[in-house]
Amino acid sequence: MTEFLQHLVNGVSVGTIYALIALGYTMVYGVLKLINFAHGDVYMVGAFSGFYISHALGVEKEPTLAKALAVFVGSMMICGVLVFLMERFAYRPLRHRARLTALITAIGVSLFLEYFMQLSGWFGPASAPFPPGPTPRFFPQPMSFETPDLPLGELSIQKVDVISFLVAVGFMLALQWVVYRTRFGTSMRAVSFDSQVAGLMGINVNRIISGTFIIGGVLAAVAAILVASSRPSINPLMGLMPGIKAFVAAVFGGIGNVPGAMVGGLVLGLAEEYVAGYLLSSYRDGIAFALLIVVLLVKPAGLFGTFRPEKV
Amino acid sequence: MSEPLLTVKDLHVHYGGIHALRGISLEVPAAGQVVALIGANGAGKTTTLRAITRMLKPTSGTVAFQGSEITRLQSHEIVALGVAHAPEGRGIFLNLTVKENLDLGAFLRSDADGIAQDLERSFTLFPILKERFHQLSGTLSGGEQQMLAVARALMCRPKLLLLDEPSLGLAPQVVERIFQVLREVSAAGVALLLVEQNAHKALQIAHRGYVLETGEVVMQGTGKELLASPEVRKAYLGE
Repeated sequence: MTEFLQHLVNGVSVGTIYALIALGYTMVYGVLKLINFAHGDVYMVGAFSGFYISHALGVEKEPTLAKALAVFVGSMMICGVLVFLMERFAYRPLRHRARLTALITAIGVSLFLEYFMQLSGWFGPASAPFPPGPTPRFFPQPMSFETPDLPLGELSIQKVDVISFLVAVGFMLALQWVVYRTRFGTSMRAVSFDSQVAGLMGINVNRIISGTFIIGGVLAAVAAILVASSRPSINPLMGLMPGIKAFVAAVFGGIGNVPGAMVGGLVLGLAEEYVAGYLLSSYRDGIAFALLIVVLLVKPAGLFGTFRPEKV
Repeated sequence: MSEPLLTVKDLHVHYGGIHALRGISLEVPAAGQVVALIGANGAGKTTTLRAITRMLKPTSGTVAFQGSEITRLQSHEIVALGVAHAPEGRGIFLNLTVKENLDLGAFLRSDADGIAQDLERSFTLFPILKERFHQLSGTLSGGEQQMLAVARALMCRPKLLLLDEPSLGLAPQVVERIFQVLREVSAAGVALLLVEQNAHKALQIAHRGYVLETGEVVMQGTGKELLASPEVRKAYLGE
């Protein structure tokens, strides 16, 4: 039973991270019908931003709550600016071209970020390692500041996981509120349904699209800092796997659907954790793709996805 | 004579290789006037409306509203000047509630009292919207969606309202209701540019009408003149 609960805790912890990244995919898809394949790399840039900010603040010598907050906010801002520029200069000029064009551009942006961050002398170590490739860096622990211990019996829950879970859930609730309770959220849903008609309401569609990208980028940065705080090895290709898995989570929940991405992330995290725990840990990554195949076969629109019948 | 409210001059639109509008010119003279565009499918009626509010980019030609050119503005900037457009297919956000749709109609306004008043007016015009207020608009019938489309377009207090086929696919009573509202709206001083398959109904309320054929204006006149014209009667009124 303890083992079962332990897997539950780990699964939820991984799942909330997938959910945070999946939200970026799903919201951008919602407004633009574009799979932003560079989103996993935005997550990577989030981790690296946190890495440099932590060093600048001297987190490894003396971690404090204030420094942890600075790492979060700084990294969120950097990713926000990054995705804003990405949309403005890479995707917007191609918006009215064939959809495949934007998709290929997204792959290009992804490769650009992955290899840009490997430029030695800029971001990498001055002397290139052998064989050359993405060099891992050790992420300082911004969240190792003093907190009270948790009485949990035999379960082993890291403090950082608890904080992580609370932060992730907090951001998801905030997002839910933004999407369903604010003027920006209503506009976003309108643009996602029909951007031309949204323009006829007086909505500045470009501004909504920028805003949507920025929210996605900020959430990816949050996910990155949370992950790097418990698994501190970061490298320029670290965005690949989580990016693909978050994409699977978004498709699972029904791409374009915000609550769907959250549920999809959690289901994927739990599935991985239980498969790895009870069957074979080497199947951990396989389960994501097995899940994707099953969803596409059984319910192509995803768990919460819908088709829209037109009324006359 | 003062400047017309809307002036479209020599508008050309291409869809890829297809020359859809071949130099349309038309005018909506003043507030409260109803102008009807009639013509067969594919004549360019919808394209004309879409080019006016910049849902598509004209190849050449100009559109001026209240004397200033709006050809190069974006849709949301044109709306801000007071041009509402209830597009083809109603353009209701089916994923939003009736309330959210109406709120978006008033997106550019910040006068809470005025918005509340206009909301009440929508309920007077179309009482069904009050009953359905918190429902997802995807659950509305086609007729109710059309009423919502008209009510939503009025929420921005437009000076000019473009309507694309408001009677399409609706039951006769609903069509009757919609046209009655359009008469009231124009009597209240809103100019209408109306695209209709139902030429008879459209010309009855129109002060002025244009007949479009394959992207060109082939005939124009007052609503009465066009209703009486033998060509129009033969081609569009089924006689």
